[in-house]
Amino acid sequence: MSLRMLKSILLKIGFWALVAVLVLYAVFPFYYAVVTSLKPSSELFEVSYWVDSIDFFNYAAVLSQPTFLAAIRNSVLVAVSVVIIALLLGLTAAWALGRVRFRGRTMVMMIVLGVSMFPQVAVLSGLFEVIRTLDLYNSPGGLILSYTIFTLPFTVWILTTFMRQLPDELEEAAIVDGASPWITLTKVFMPLLWPAMVTTGLLAFIAAWNEFLFALTFTLTDTQRTVPVAIALISGGSQYELPWGPIMAASVIVTVPLVVLVVIFQRRIVSGLTAGAVKG
Amino acid sequence: MAAQESNDAPSENARYPGGNGSSRPSAEGPHRERGTRVRRQRVRAAWLFLTPMLIGLAVVAGWPLMRTFWFSLTDASLSSLGGAQFIGFENYLVFDNGWYGILADPLWWQSVWNTLYFTLISVSLEAVLGVIVAMVLNARFRGRTLVRAAMLIPWAIPTVVSAKIWAWMLNDQFGIINHMLLGVGLIDTPLSWTADASLSMWAVIMVDVWKATPFVALLVLAALQMLPSDCYEAARVDGISPVKVFFRVTLPLITPALLVAVIFRALDALRVFDVIYVLTSNAASTMTMSIYARQQLVEFQDVGYGSAASTLLFMIIALVTVVYLYLGRHRLGGGK
Repeated sequence: MSLRMLKSILLKIGFWALVAVLVLYAVFPFYYAVVTSLKPSSELFEVSYWVDSIDFFNYAAVLSQPTFLAAIRNSVLVAVSVVIIALLLGLTAAWALGRVRFRGRTMVMMIVLGVSMFPQVAVLSGLFEVIRTLDLYNSPGGLILSYTIFTLPFTVWILTTFMRQLPDELEEAAIVDGASPWITLTKVFMPLLWPAMVTTGLLAFIAAWNEFLFALTFTLTDTQRTVPVAIALISGGSQYELPWGPIMAASVIVTVPLVVLVVIFQRRIVSGLTAGAVKG
Repeated sequence: MAAQESNDAPSENARYPGGNGSSRPSAEGPHRERGTRVRRQRVRAAWLFLTPMLIGLAVVAGWPLMRTFWFSLTDASLSSLGGAQFIGFENYLVFDNGWYGILADPLWWQSVWNTLYFTLISVSLEAVLGVIVAMVLNARFRGRTLVRAAMLIPWAIPTVVSAKIWAWMLNDQFGIINHMLLGVGLIDTPLSWTADASLSMWAVIMVDVWKATPFVALLVLAALQMLPSDCYEAARVDGISPVKVFFRVTLPLITPALLVAVIFRALDALRVFDVIYVLTSNAASTMTMSIYARQQLVEFQDVGYGSAASTLLFMIIALVTVVYLYLGRHRLGGGK
């Protein structure tokens, strides 16, 4: 009997040790970035696991740079516009794909899924030409346009999944009442779909906020960059002396909003990710 | 107010509000006729609603892809996209006192190999770790929500930022990883993780595994939570060891979800760019197909050659996608 108790205690200890290791593994790098960003530059090169004295010097240094502030503005502008466009186009498409039976629907679904698997680099030269033709090179407009390629497919995909889950009776009632499809969509489905829209909007926002390849390629000047590019290009006197303090401060600044969003909306994000992949 | 309306909608079935009385389906015949008319109207509306999305996809995906294919057959350069001349398959392979072109470039083959190696190792590690994390999150314990939120953090951090954080932790002189390893006594001289050609690929894999494991874990967790609990009760009553239960019952049941996660991750890994660009830049030891193509396109301004590399990458990913779609075709037709 005591052996069994011992075994269960050991199992419990093992389980909690595993949980601790996994949490540490997941959280430590970000924690360490915060620690580094709060150190005065004199202590930067002594490894320590916590901060002895908090120093906001690095944050002041980053936030006093006009180019970094411009990058934050650009990132917000691009991400918000991308979310709005993706939701508008995605919602109408999701109604058609999720609610109406018609020839070619499977084809359209295949196209959407196919586009979501495009390697970004495969459209780089063609998209560069489109952006330059539309005179959007080195402007947020070019990024908003190009980000549609990866936000639109998964927005359509996830919203379609959610749209299909709603009961038929809702729409039948609207049809019998003679409501047009547009009225049905905006008055019947939209109010019920807002949780799904929050989910997809969040995923689109995160994807746009984090994007790097297009932002790096389609912008040229410091004032037009987005945050990831700005951080990637922060450099010091030479390749070997990067200003790690300010880099970590900038990293924390752009990551904290995302971490907060994820912690608040984790349930929604999980449901969105699984709806996009598993049920697709 | 709109929500109110929709909540009421089902019950409105019984009592039609005024003004629309004539269209009330009173008999079977008119109802059916009206049904087909409504149906036709709905199909028209469906295409109308799809048009903006299809135009959007055509502008940002379809047309640019065609242009990339075309550029790959020309000598286009970044400064003169318009004045490109058709040169056939010379960007891919040409004999001119020796073989030239991408298919004859050892660096291209190295980047193909690097990409495959990176994909295989990182996705395998993510699958194993993802299942472990999912099993932990599926257990009932205090603070599970908090632990799940913690697990999501790596996923939420922008790739560029996570690459920078790891670059700092892996720094050869001041990095905490070397400090830890030296402290434990595993190494006796600091390792230069990102500069040493034999280590840099592992550094990249480490970052990618850290960042992508949550995604795999979440998909597997969703599958775990849908498993019927009765077969576990039965197994426990029969005294079958948990390890055996995992390999005989759980793993087969979550395999479909795990496969979907693995394929999504594999497609992502095959086109990997950000992590590597930030961590090791254009170093040959970690060069992947995306890095190779972009370097040709942007840094060497050789749009023709770079487009040819992009086209080859597209072909490889298209092949994987087609196999996936073929295997998962039955999923698409289902539902409504």
